Amino acid sequence: MEFAELIKTPRVDGVVLHRPFMPTVEGTLCLTGHHLILSSRQDNTEELWLLHSNIDSIEKRFVGSVGSIIVKCKDLRVIQLDIPGMEECLNISSSVEALSTLDSVSLMYPFFYRPMFEVIEDGWNSFLPEDAFKDLESMTDEWRLSEVNKDFSVCPSYPPLVAVPKDVDDDTLRKVATFRHSGRFPVLSYYHKKNGMVMMRAGQPLTGTNGRRCKEDEKLINATLRPGKRGYIIDTRSINVAQQAKARGGGFESEANYPQWRRIHKAIERANVLQESLIKLVEACSDQSHSMDRWLSKLEASSWQAHVKEILTTACLAAQCIDREGASVLIHGTEGTDSTLQVTSLAQIILDPACRTIRGFQGLVEREWLQAGHPFQQRCAQSAYSNSKPRQEAPVFLLFLDCVWQILRQFPCSFEFSESFLVLLFEHAYASQFGTFLGNSAAERAKLSLPEKTVSLWSWVNRPQELERLTNPLYEANSLVIWPSVAPQSLLLWEGVFLRWNRSSKCLDEAYEESQQNSKRLSALLTKNIFVLLCLSTLCNALL
Amino acid sequence: WSHFATGVEQVRLLDRFSNKSTNGTLYLTATHLIFVENSSNNSTSILHHHIASLEKLSLTTTGCPLVIQCRNFRVVHFVVPRERDCHDIYSSLLRLLRPVSYEELYAFSYNPKQNDQQREEGWQLIDLGAEFERMGVPCDQWQLTDVNRDYKVCETYPRDLYVPITASKPIIVGSSKFRSKGRFPVLTYFYQEKKAAVCRCSQPLSGFSARCLEDESMLQAISKANHNSRFVYVMDTRPKLNALANRAAGKGYENEDNYSNIRFQFVGIENIHVMRTSLQKLLEVIGTRSLSMSDYLVGLESCGWLRHIKAIVDAAIFLTKAVTVEGASVLVHCSDGWDRTAQVCSLGALLMDPYYRTIKGFMVLIEKDWISFGHKFADRCDQLDGDSKEVSPIFTQFLECVWQLTEQFPQAFEFSEWFLLQIHEHVHSCQYGNFLGNNQRQREELQLRERTHSLWAYLMSEKDNYLNPFYSPAYSESHPVLEPSTLPYHFKFWRNMYHQFDRSMHPRQSILKTILTLRENKAPTARCDPHRNIRSPCTSSHQRPALQLERAPATSRLPHPGGAHQPQRSAAAGGGRRAGGGGRGGHGEHRHGADSRGQQRH
Repeated sequence: MEFAELIKTPRVDGVVLHRPFMPTVEGTLCLTGHHLILSSRQDNTEELWLLHSNIDSIEKRFVGSVGSIIVKCKDLRVIQLDIPGMEECLNISSSVEALSTLDSVSLMYPFFYRPMFEVIEDGWNSFLPEDAFKDLESMTDEWRLSEVNKDFSVCPSYPPLVAVPKDVDDDTLRKVATFRHSGRFPVLSYYHKKNGMVMMRAGQPLTGTNGRRCKEDEKLINATLRPGKRGYIIDTRSINVAQQAKARGGGFESEANYPQWRRIHKAIERANVLQESLIKLVEACSDQSHSMDRWLSKLEASSWQAHVKEILTTACLAAQCIDREGASVLIHGTEGTDSTLQVTSLAQIILDPACRTIRGFQGLVEREWLQAGHPFQQRCAQSAYSNSKPRQEAPVFLLFLDCVWQILRQFPCSFEFSESFLVLLFEHAYASQFGTFLGNSAAERAKLSLPEKTVSLWSWVNRPQELERLTNPLYEANSLVIWPSVAPQSLLLWEGVFLRWNRSSKCLDEAYEESQQNSKRLSALLTKNIFVLLCLSTLCNALL
Repeated sequence: WSHFATGVEQVRLLDRFSNKSTNGTLYLTATHLIFVENSSNNSTSILHHHIASLEKLSLTTTGCPLVIQCRNFRVVHFVVPRERDCHDIYSSLLRLLRPVSYEELYAFSYNPKQNDQQREEGWQLIDLGAEFERMGVPCDQWQLTDVNRDYKVCETYPRDLYVPITASKPIIVGSSKFRSKGRFPVLTYFYQEKKAAVCRCSQPLSGFSARCLEDESMLQAISKANHNSRFVYVMDTRPKLNALANRAAGKGYENEDNYSNIRFQFVGIENIHVMRTSLQKLLEVIGTRSLSMSDYLVGLESCGWLRHIKAIVDAAIFLTKAVTVEGASVLVHCSDGWDRTAQVCSLGALLMDPYYRTIKGFMVLIEKDWISFGHKFADRCDQLDGDSKEVSPIFTQFLECVWQLTEQFPQAFEFSEWFLLQIHEHVHSCQYGNFLGNNQRQREELQLRERTHSLWAYLMSEKDNYLNPFYSPAYSESHPVLEPSTLPYHFKFWRNMYHQFDRSMHPRQSILKTILTLRENKAPTARCDPHRNIRSPCTSSHQRPALQLERAPATSRLPHPGGAHQPQRSAAAGGGRRAGGGGRGGHGEHRHGADSRGQQRH
């Protein structure tokens, strides 16, 4: 298919762009296969380049012969374009609509994008499972890297290589896979170096109503326990939801069959509920009524902050089991691709200082989200403004980022990256020139030949100029476990995403940037002065 | 209190949000209740004046619980092993926290080892005459009047008042007789650029139809003093319903038909009773253990606190726009003109004039609009045993409004929130003379300048602790007038005020502190002596029990009253919590250590 067929009017002059709290720009609107471009053709006026895939919904309005289209983006920005001429307006609008809802992945921009920068390190090779396993091997010999899924036949949503207990052979894994949702047998998610405890994740066990059991499954997870030790199974669903799952063939581990494990149920909501929550939250944030009561009641009704609290609480629980109780943990919900990953990845942020570095965080996203089979393409197909009926869309990853931001706010010196890195990941998960978040699993990515045909987001991020932009100048490596407060009073609305496009928070951004420079100067000064550094560490020690 | 000289041992201090507790010894001194932890020797000290309420709960198996709520929003929960000890502490405190005369207040015994000259210099730091000069008053339209030199016209106003040139003495006196408590219209802020004035007064005694020619002339005079505008705004900061109800009592509001060239406007800020109840509800909500997100947000909404805060800011914005954009003069009043009027006038001036956003300027602002114009600090802050219906968090609301603005304009203020918190602390501590009493006349009678010390001098000496590292004087120059957004999501819950002492609620590391620490380290002198004298953030000095005198110095240089908010690098130390409970697993406690400042000065 040619994009030209979809572009009814490639160019319109005299278009006026309105953005909230910014001056209007008049210029020429151009449509390309992947972009909507508005340029005033004047020097020092910025151009608007909008990826079609970033457009969530589009509305038309007519006043006389001037039509307006209101473009609502997946990054929550809303802009208005006044287009002279009714026909032009209709054409632009229907073209954009068609171009922004292309179904075929291979027509997406990443397949056409050619990097304008020098790739220093190919991001597609930066976080290979075998490399991660080498780190593990240096700490323990109790695990092995299995190739049982090398052709994606055992579990379509797992990567070709997974870490499993050394004593469990591939045949056992195949049997266990038949007992777990979507073949997602328990695999290693995190090894806690401090005490050798582990976190595993899986899909729900398929016990069904008649309590089916699977000896191999029991053997597999018991193999991760030290003699005489008990472990915890954290089911991210409430006990009721988990009970109901039995009727559909799912279920949970019974005490009788898993006597060495204590099961705890938490109640993280399912995907469709989260999507509804996002829509309500964004709607509340755009309410212009200036009424405090209305705002607070809408914020409450969206339940977004409640989801943040629940997810963080569950992650803290998992981290506590591992670090405080000295117990290993298995985490699952239903499929094991959404709430499970929120919990396993956040627990690692809490426990593992390496995940709080820029590179470590990329590794975490790669391991616990991309390779772990979070269906990005389905989940991020639409955002909060979409008019179409939601199918599989859900802000699961955005909620994870929000939770990371909450921890970052509470430990602003313990993360190597700043908030902008989280915002960047949010944007690219929903619309990107890079191939990283395309597809729903490692299998799909392999089929699409993404590493050969597209550029990795990590290739772009891991360049000095970009890294500098994303670095938190206040970072000071903190080797300790960081426990966030989950009290409602401690959790904030993530303004950097939800109130990003209004003026006041922009004013805060400016201040923040200034403060960043400020502290950059100061930390530069600090590193120069070893004398001072010594004094500072004395002070910090005194505070601990 | 000799009974407590040795302290009550084996007392447990419970954390109100977790299951943690610490053991220690409780001491009672003439001014403080002090809890010294066994394990760390850290101490928590509570000034008697800070105690708002005291409750002895019924005996449990572990001892007798004693719950103390403080005016700085600290809540402590002790468990005393023996009921008799608990009762002794309880009854001693009860006697101590209901002073009946000003002389009993801490300010009269507090002695920071200054000589009379230093004390006098402290009081001279803020000079309101100089402040009016800075605004450009007196000038060709405004003059200083001596009509209230002897507090004869209005006893709750200061001696020095500024009125329009054309307001003669008979007009002033006539007008004052027509205004509640004699509080006639006077100048409080002069916006030089447009020659527009902000004036304040109390409600007119208009009833249903009464009028007063002198009062009408007074408003006329205010109008005439401003050539830029043909009319004066009269802002009644009350809800219309309240103003209407006042008419039945012979009070009320200005009838536009009787006053030429006024534009009358209600802005709807609720009265002191609504505000008091609102804060009580807020504290109830946020004091709930294991509070759910939904209950928190519903509670925030239903207590109305943020709605009231927004109403005050909205009013200040209205005032600011009228003055700076329209160039009109504004007369602000409520009922008596000492609560809502003070809030709106001072907040409006803060928006209009960058000077008030500096540390010194903010002191001047409080001195002018709150202290000198007779905000009833003694009644509102419950300094003496009095009418509980007079108590209301009006000044706290003002500080919170300022905080909300600092959140919107992080570069516009020279001070950080610690400055606001410290002022709040001392408004209630009664340690300094500034806020004692209800008006200037009363303060003179109490001879506060001779017998007590000034908070402003102390805060100025600690200025470095209150600096906002993001402050940019260039920003103030380019944005002399602040235009805050009043979209509701810009108003946030002020955790550092209402949970100041609940350590578990706060970020474990603070950007502000880190930057300040880095800055301080820029000057690497005198930094490496581990036994250096470090100013403690502690709010008050007190006699320490003898056994505590050899303690190591406190560990922080940063201002955090009561020791909340130590930048802590990890929460990993400290006791764990059983799996199954969400949230923080525990962290190293670090309250403020020895009160080194107190020690140095005694």
